[in-house]
Parts: sequence; C-alpha cells; structure tokens
Amino acid sequence: MNTPRLLPYGDRALLVEVEEVSEVVLVADAVRSGPLADLVDDVVPGARSVLLLARPGVDPAEIRERAETGMVPDDLRLDPSKSPADRQGPSTVEIPVTYDGPDLAEVARMTGLSEEEVVAAHTGTPWRVAFGGFAPGFAYLVGGDPRLEVPRRDEPRTQVPTGAVGLAGEFSGVYPRESPGGWQLIGRTEVAMWDLDRDPPALLYAGATVRFLRA
Amino acid sequence: MTSLLVRRVGLALVQDAGRPGQAAIGVGRSGAADRSSYALANRLVGNTAGAATLEVVLGGLEVEAVDGTVWLAGAGAPAPLRLDGRPEPTGAVLALRPGSRLALGLPASGLRSYLAVRGGIDVPAVLGSRSHDTLAGLGPAPLAVGDALPVGSETADEMRVDAVPAMRYGDRPVLRVVRGPRDDWVRDPATLVATTWSVAPASDRVGIRLTGGRIDLLDPTRQLPSEGATRGAIQVPSGGEPVVFGPDHPVTGGYPVMAVVVDDDSDRLAQLRPGEEVRFAWAQ
Repeated sequence: MNTPRLLPYGDRALLVEVEEVSEVVLVADAVRSGPLADLVDDVVPGARSVLLLARPGVDPAEIRERAETGMVPDDLRLDPSKSPADRQGPSTVEIPVTYDGPDLAEVARMTGLSEEEVVAAHTGTPWRVAFGGFAPGFAYLVGGDPRLEVPRRDEPRTQVPTGAVGLAGEFSGVYPRESPGGWQLIGRTEVAMWDLDRDPPALLYAGATVRFLRA
Repeated sequence: MTSLLVRRVGLALVQDAGRPGQAAIGVGRSGAADRSSYALANRLVGNTAGAATLEVVLGGLEVEAVDGTVWLAGAGAPAPLRLDGRPEPTGAVLALRPGSRLALGLPASGLRSYLAVRGGIDVPAVLGSRSHDTLAGLGPAPLAVGDALPVGSETADEMRVDAVPAMRYGDRPVLRVVRGPRDDWVRDPATLVATTWSVAPASDRVGIRLTGGRIDLLDPTRQLPSEGATRGAIQVPSGGEPVVFGPDHPVTGGYPVMAVVVDDDSDRLAQLRPGEEVRFAWAQ
C-alpha cells in the first residue's frame, strides 16, 4: 500500500487521502482497530479518502502525529490485498436482482458486451462495500468485473425508484429509496437496503462482501 | 401526561445533540444547528445534556401547556416572549400553567431560537436521536399546528438560574477558518478571506450559500471523488460561490472543500439570516 497523505481538515478532523478505493477499506479498518481508535470519534470512508473526526478534547495534530508513525500496521503492509475483515471471514450478503433496468442496453453498447454478458459479469464476481454516505443505506460497492466500468448518465434522472441497481465508474450500488440519481440502471431488487425497523437499519456495512444473483 | 400543544408555528424542528458516528452508513450527525444556545437552553431548565429542544426559525411559534405545568427557557436568537399576551423577559425561565400559552415573536437579531422544556421533548427517537435531519428525512417531522409534544423526564439538576441576558448577534461576524484540505484546487485561496460575503436566501440546515464574490477553481471540470465532510466545511462549486456545510450536510460530490470553519465558530453560522453579511479570517 502507498503511504497515505494527511490533509488538514479544520480544528476537529483530519483527512487521510489514498490512491485506491481498496486502500480506503484498509485505512478505515486500521484506524478502527489500531492505535488511533481511542483518539477518533468517527471514521468516514470516501472514494479516495477517510475522514477522521477527533474525540472531544483531542487535537487533530495528535492524530496526525500518531498516524504518521503507526496508522497502518506492518502486517497489513505485507499483503495489501488482505484487510482485517477478509481474515475474519466477512459477512456475505446475497442480493437477488431482476435484470431489466432501463439502461441495460446502453451499458451493453458502451461495454461492447451483450446484455446477457453484462448480467453474467455483474453476478460473476463478489463486490465489496467500500463506503457509504450519499443517503441512509447507500453503499458504494467495488471490486467488480472491470469490464463494467461505465460513466454516469449525462443527465441524472430526477427519480430513481427504490431498489434500482446501478453502475457508475468502478462502482455498483442499490438505491435504498426513491431519489434523484445519475447511475446507469441495469436492474432492481426487492431486498431493502434501509429499514428503520431492523437493527442495524443498513443492510450493507463497509467491508461486507456482496454477491448479486439473478432473481 | 404533560404535553405542549402547538397552536401556531412557522418553521420549528425538534433537535437534540444529533446522531454521531453513523456517517459511514449515510446518516449524518444533524442535531442543533447552534449547539451552544441549545446547550444553554437545556442547562437553564436543568435538563440532561442530550435532551430534545425546539429549534425555532424567526419566531412564530405558540405553544400551550396541557395536563400540567411546563417549565421553559429560551436561548439563541432573542425572540420576544409573550405569556398569555403579557411580555416576559427573553432568557427567563418561565412556568406555563395548564391552559396558558407562550408565543415567540420575531427576534431582533439572529435566526434560530432554542426553546427547552424541563424534562425534554419526549417524541420517539430514531437511531438514538430526536433530531430532525432535513437531508436524510430522519427523525420527528417539522412541527405542525395541533401537534401534542410529550414532556419527558430527562432532568439532571434543579433549576438554579432564573434568567440569563438575551443574546445579541452583531453585524458582519468574522469567522475563523482553517485552510485545506483542497485549497490547492483554487486559484487564489485568499479570495475567501478578502471578500465580504452575503448569505443567499436558499440557505438552510444543509448548507449556507454565499454570494457576493467568486472563488475560481484552477480546473472547473476536474471532479473530486466523494469525500466525508464536517459542519463548517466550505465547498467551492465550479460556479465559484461557496457553500458552508451545516448540521445536515452530505458528503461532498465532485467539488473541493478549500477551508473549514473553526468548530467553535460554526455555531454562529446557524444565526446568519438571509441577506446578512459575513467575513472569514484565517485561524492563527
């Protein structure tokens, strides 16, 4: 793993910038379980960064100092393909999908695959939850088949239905509720990503593995 | 059970200390926009630190005590108080007897008043908080006429103070800011502190939009992958008019955060009215 950059973020936080989304998962895991855990109130993973919010009374400079010496444990450096979650055997969530999304044909055209091959690629590899943050229960999934990398739609939809399964850049994701959105929609699922009557309400947490199946 | 009946309302929300620690699943902290005024109102009525209060924008709230005497105190924007039509000093702890009504008028300065009741507002908590998050749509709905708000029992102490001086919010506050994390994305970061900004009408709990100047990005087409954020983060869209994130802020989406308001100064943001001016200065 490359050495993360530490960027100032006001007087209560510190931003850790990395180069790959896979490193986001590593850094977030390392902070939560490492020597920084008692200085940090919250860990907010992003696409290429992890925001560390200082505990009350903790100066972010102290976090910086400790991060520069020991944020990523040596055993993680040895094998960047493994994060602690991998070694503990992460939970795997299976999500059945009906692949009839309005952008399926367009995704097939952009990727040069048939629609059938798009579905096979989406269901063919395990995905991993890298981060959330866009809306309650929305998880950015990474690690899928690289042939599925497609740009966002030029014009975002004003209404994407609950359960829509989409692709954007290196990510896949499921809309937890009706909202505007610019992802390419390839299918839909009945599985609830967000349910306040469930504990925890979010189905997908950072680090979890996701397998899409044909419904 | 003792409760407060909402007889008249403009914009008022139930707010407490928010939902910390859940940003990774898309749930922001939310909570009182002016945390120090919120905390003061709770202290005045002897509540525990996290009790739920009412956050009232520009007055316009009238409540009536039902089935018992309710003790209340206001802090933040100094809304004039009337108890059954009689003026009462702003900042005083008041007893509202059953059938009596308290009305909050338009404050002379500031935007948000906090009305605490002894025992706290006891509406159901969502994910550990009674805050209404306007972005995520979580928590109790905005107050509506006819709502009966149950009074809880979250008291920690006796009421030891009768009144505090009312706040006055001076013109054109200067808020301290720390540069970064993405100040290298803008052409001249000093523009932020050299400009007198005005608060745009579209400002809310998600963010305060500023007009009156323009911060140029080095490359307006360059996109920044989504990043975690805090309240007080100053995001610069390609149009150049900055947005300062409030308590219901999202993660960033494409635009850089060039500076962050010092945490202690971010409460003052919650009291800025549309059209008011504000300046920034680099924190020493």
